[in-house]
Amino acid sequence: MAPRLAGGGGAVSTVGRRLLEIRHVSKTYGSGDSATHAIADVSFAVDDREFVCVVGPSGCGKTTLLKCVGGLLAPTNGDILLRGTRVTSPPEEMALVFQEYGRSLMPWSTVRNNVLLPLRHKKLTRQKRNALVEEALEAVGLTPFIDRYPWQLSGGMQQRVAIARALAYQPAILLMDEPFASVDAQTRGDLEDLILRVREEFAITILFVTHDIDESVYLSDRVIVLTHGPTEVKASIDVDLPFPRDQIATKELPDFAHLRGHVYRLINREQVESGEELAATLKTATKGDRP
Amino acid sequence: MAAIAAEIAVPLLILAAWQAWTVHANDPLFPRLSTILVQFKEMWLFSQFHLHVVPSLIRIGAGFTLAVIIGLIIGIPLGLSRWGRLLAMPHIEWWRAMPPPALLPISILLLHSIGDRQKISFIAFFCLFPILLNTIDGVRGIDPTLIETTRSYGVGGFERIRRVVLPAALPQIFAGMRTSLSLAVIMMVLTEYFSSTSGVGYVLLISKNTFQLAPMWAAIVLIGVLGYLLNVLLILVERRVLAWHRGWRAAAAQ
Repeated sequence: MAPRLAGGGGAVSTVGRRLLEIRHVSKTYGSGDSATHAIADVSFAVDDREFVCVVGPSGCGKTTLLKCVGGLLAPTNGDILLRGTRVTSPPEEMALVFQEYGRSLMPWSTVRNNVLLPLRHKKLTRQKRNALVEEALEAVGLTPFIDRYPWQLSGGMQQRVAIARALAYQPAILLMDEPFASVDAQTRGDLEDLILRVREEFAITILFVTHDIDESVYLSDRVIVLTHGPTEVKASIDVDLPFPRDQIATKELPDFAHLRGHVYRLINREQVESGEELAATLKTATKGDRP
Repeated sequence: MAAIAAEIAVPLLILAAWQAWTVHANDPLFPRLSTILVQFKEMWLFSQFHLHVVPSLIRIGAGFTLAVIIGLIIGIPLGLSRWGRLLAMPHIEWWRAMPPPALLPISILLLHSIGDRQKISFIAFFCLFPILLNTIDGVRGIDPTLIETTRSYGVGGFERIRRVVLPAALPQIFAGMRTSLSLAVIMMVLTEYFSSTSGVGYVLLISKNTFQLAPMWAAIVLIGVLGYLLNVLLILVERRVLAWHRGWRAAAAQ
């Protein structure tokens, strides 16, 4: 069982348990009149071994936020702190899993070598490296396919390779950017259960971005709801559903339905508001000076 | 089997037509096919092989290999660096637009050589451009998701180039190499026309100057055969090295 930790958008929780902290992060692309404000001001924290899902309306800058957290993009303002240290480049304690598994795996390498790639520059013995690769592939159930190429596998299996690669890297925190958005519903359920299982097995913290509300509630200890861009945190909702979770039993719980509805309403309202806002902006834009 | 038979049938028909026509026309400019083939056998199988064919092959091989190595060494960094490209592309385009014969005389002066050094350098120089441009393009075309993946896992430097950048660009680099290889044959013949004492191009020119048309045609046939076989060889290497690419594309097409 994963320890249930007190959540609450960066409110309490003891400092020692806090793994990741996002402090007043904003991101603006471009400058001057053509500037796009992707993220306005986002702050929240993730505790050690916590599973946090970030949901928001589509196009709300979830991916941008995750890339900032992962050290791939520099935030315009604010700080990302991992165990109190500022993140300026991708840290060794983080691993990132993208939505596009087909594009993040190397088609010229076997499954084994894909998982091995990030371990090659770590100071490990050859045996240790191979053991990590085999253990990770075992955990995602791909041992028989270790010498295949990714393109010989189905979409769901390819994403499992990407997850195994992240696990073998032994990160403290796993960042996942809509990892199950491009697989069919059945596979998606299997992958959700798989990630819950490896989370236990590898005692790992997960920050999981998704646009799927059911998924966010089903998987997490806490759901962070974002506003439409420029993004802010709308709400942080603790998910007190029991573990282990089950695709049928958990989703039949009244608490599940209640939480799901709560998140849904928050996002729906958000979309209505942003729609009105958009209409207003368009009106002013058409009225405004055109060259 | 049927495919190979079809591939061979058409050239055989053309050769038969040539033989029939040359016998009928009896034109000294177009010796009979049978005469050319006898000449071919006498010269190239194998009495003059080491004297003229081997030097030509060495020049092609060395010039082409040099072009591949330099193309990768320059092309990969340029593919990765926007500033590098901004600075280098005008120069690359300028030299690429230069017709090779325009540089042949000066290459002899600059390299103080009419031997293999000048010939190999000349071949390498003009073979460089297709490989270089394809390398730059191939490296630029790498999927940004893959680059971000390697960045997030801290895979950098030589490891990144060896395991990610080079393999990703390799299909396009091979396309450049195929163009370059045919250029190498052209450049080989061209350099051997000019201040040379060996090579297939040299034999071709000398035969023409002494009105020995059968040896000249035999040299022409040999150059065609060499170009064809070299291309086949490169395709075989490509199939082996890029086996993953064919599988990947087939899987993507499904």
